[in-house]
Amino acid sequence: MAGKTLYDKLFDAHLVRQSDDGSALLYIDLQLLHEVTSPQAFEGLRLAGRKPWRIDANLATPDHNVPTTKRDGGVSKIVDPVSRIQVQTLDDNCDDFGILEFKMNDIRQGIVHVVGPEQGATLPGATVVCGDSHTATHGAFGALAHGIGTSEVEHVLATQCLITRKMKNMLIKIEGDLGLGVTAKDLVLHIIGVLGTAGGTGYAIEFGGSTMAQISMEGRMTICNMAIEAGARVGMVAVDQLTIDYVEGRPFAPKGEAWQQAVSAWADLHSDADAVFDSVVEINAAQIIPQVTWGTSPEMVVAVDAKVPNPANEPDPVKVDGINRALKYMGLAADQLITDIALDRIFIGSCTNSRIEDIRDAAKVAKGRTVATSVKEAIVVPGSGLVKAQAEAEGLDKIFIAAGFEWREPGCSMCLAMNPDKLEPGEHCASTSNRNFEGRQGSGGRTHLVSPAMAAAAAINGTFVDVRTMMEA
Amino acid sequence: MNKFVQHSGIVAPLDRANVDTDMIIPKQFLKSIKRSGFGVYLFDDLRYLDEGMADQDCTERPLNPDFVLNQARYTQSSVLLARVNFGCGSSREHAPWALEDFGFKAVIAPSFADIFYNNCFKNGILPVVLSEQIVEHLFTECAAIEGYELSVDLDRQVVVTPSGETFAFEVESFRKHCLINGLDDIDLTLQNLDEIKAYEAKRKAQAPWLFGAIKGN
Repeated sequence: MAGKTLYDKLFDAHLVRQSDDGSALLYIDLQLLHEVTSPQAFEGLRLAGRKPWRIDANLATPDHNVPTTKRDGGVSKIVDPVSRIQVQTLDDNCDDFGILEFKMNDIRQGIVHVVGPEQGATLPGATVVCGDSHTATHGAFGALAHGIGTSEVEHVLATQCLITRKMKNMLIKIEGDLGLGVTAKDLVLHIIGVLGTAGGTGYAIEFGGSTMAQISMEGRMTICNMAIEAGARVGMVAVDQLTIDYVEGRPFAPKGEAWQQAVSAWADLHSDADAVFDSVVEINAAQIIPQVTWGTSPEMVVAVDAKVPNPANEPDPVKVDGINRALKYMGLAADQLITDIALDRIFIGSCTNSRIEDIRDAAKVAKGRTVATSVKEAIVVPGSGLVKAQAEAEGLDKIFIAAGFEWREPGCSMCLAMNPDKLEPGEHCASTSNRNFEGRQGSGGRTHLVSPAMAAAAAINGTFVDVRTMMEA
Repeated sequence: MNKFVQHSGIVAPLDRANVDTDMIIPKQFLKSIKRSGFGVYLFDDLRYLDEGMADQDCTERPLNPDFVLNQARYTQSSVLLARVNFGCGSSREHAPWALEDFGFKAVIAPSFADIFYNNCFKNGILPVVLSEQIVEHLFTECAAIEGYELSVDLDRQVVVTPSGETFAFEVESFRKHCLINGLDDIDLTLQNLDEIKAYEAKRKAQAPWLFGAIKGN
């Protein structure tokens, strides 16, 4: 009999019940909650007179709507009344149901996908869900992490289980060393370009191969985070010493004897050597250079030294239609050089790239340089209050401020512009976030997805530039 | 939950691939704490010429005359005909809420994104997967015939055209059972209470560190 994949192991270990028709009841170890996709779930519980199954399996924090400028006034001073009500509703619901919440002005507040791992709430071998498609982030810890809808948020609150079915297994096998100045973000953007935005639909993706062993936990989170942009609900990486070292000592991580017990249990969290995957995609990391998206889907990505595609070179008529539509929306011409695209705004942040390593990468490029005068605004939004504090302890905030960047309070911010941080129609933004869909960062806004170093370089240069030319060898 | 057994209605063709949930319902409308009232903001960026705001009254807003749902022949549509990878991106259940609130009962496409597909079933909307060839054929007929209607029959698992052509589709039996009977997932799951508790006890013995670390308020 063939061995098991990491996904097989995680799925089997959480299976409460398997029905003949393929539907399965999966036990959930941790649910993360935020203000956007939870109010209707709590309301549903209330209407049915139900209570959360397990209080200790939930952790909440507001992130999508919170302002990133001064917020000493607390929730009652959030200017947008609709945002204010939503954040207040999360506070009220967590208070009513007894769920632990890091409220807006708690230093532990931040983007759920930064906070979970940072607190050690996200643990190897666990199942993690959240009403947010970027929940795949937590798969970086050898956890099985799903994005779910609000009805499912309510279902997990009420039953501690998720009705699901087994996905297919895909291995993205990455070999070769990433070059200087080439990051996990460039790698995952390249992978999405290869797979396409629906290439992972129906699959749980494991990112493996010798390259992954070299990539930090922050980098692994960036990669798993964007699995959904290739259509996969789940992205995962096997547990190794880096995982263990990252988790050890965090507030909710096991301690003492339980820690030893946990570490030995986690040793099995990898695919068996003879495991069979339904699909295997091989990637050569050594060939990848910094990436920039030019269009309105994350799959519309090219290397920084390339040109914007020409629809005349595309054989697939559906893709031609997509390219033409994207060129028009983005205000770009076919065959235009990526390095000729001028930027109006720069956004360094989001659940993809707002961890300490990301902030350090950007600061390294910004140090001793100045944001181009043609750039209207360049903002750095740390992923949590603790990331912000760490960056400040390292003096990174001062580097950014001296260079002309704004140093903000933690939250989702301009990734999806539910708070006041957004693009004006027609503006081009170099963004470290995860989606370049039409209107994502503001109606009519034009998003280019890049790594933190590339975003900082674009801020300095005013147009895209290969960040490697700005780095010391 | 609303039941879905069979539905016949006017078809609206949305001729673009990879329609994401940001497009179906833009982020500013996600600030609502309610489940209803999203229909007027469905496809907001495509549908109106101005930028929409949460809680806005839409009756006076300028409509984009080129957008399909603004064309007289499609304003009463209840079956959406779409292209590949419909519903990709964000997990927001506000997307099916908006479609349902507008009046859509079924969406037909060659493929759907996983989370959106799943969310539809929780809200009484039937997502139907038909081959690209058949979908192309339906687009052609829909363009040619004003008031073009399709019958979507979940019980028989077929889509029937006005001329009587019948196209079969697949649907998982559990989802079908829930949708036809309008069953509440939570009630169904709680029928397995003993199994959940037994699993939980076993889990607690095997991985005690996953219990009790996070303390509620």
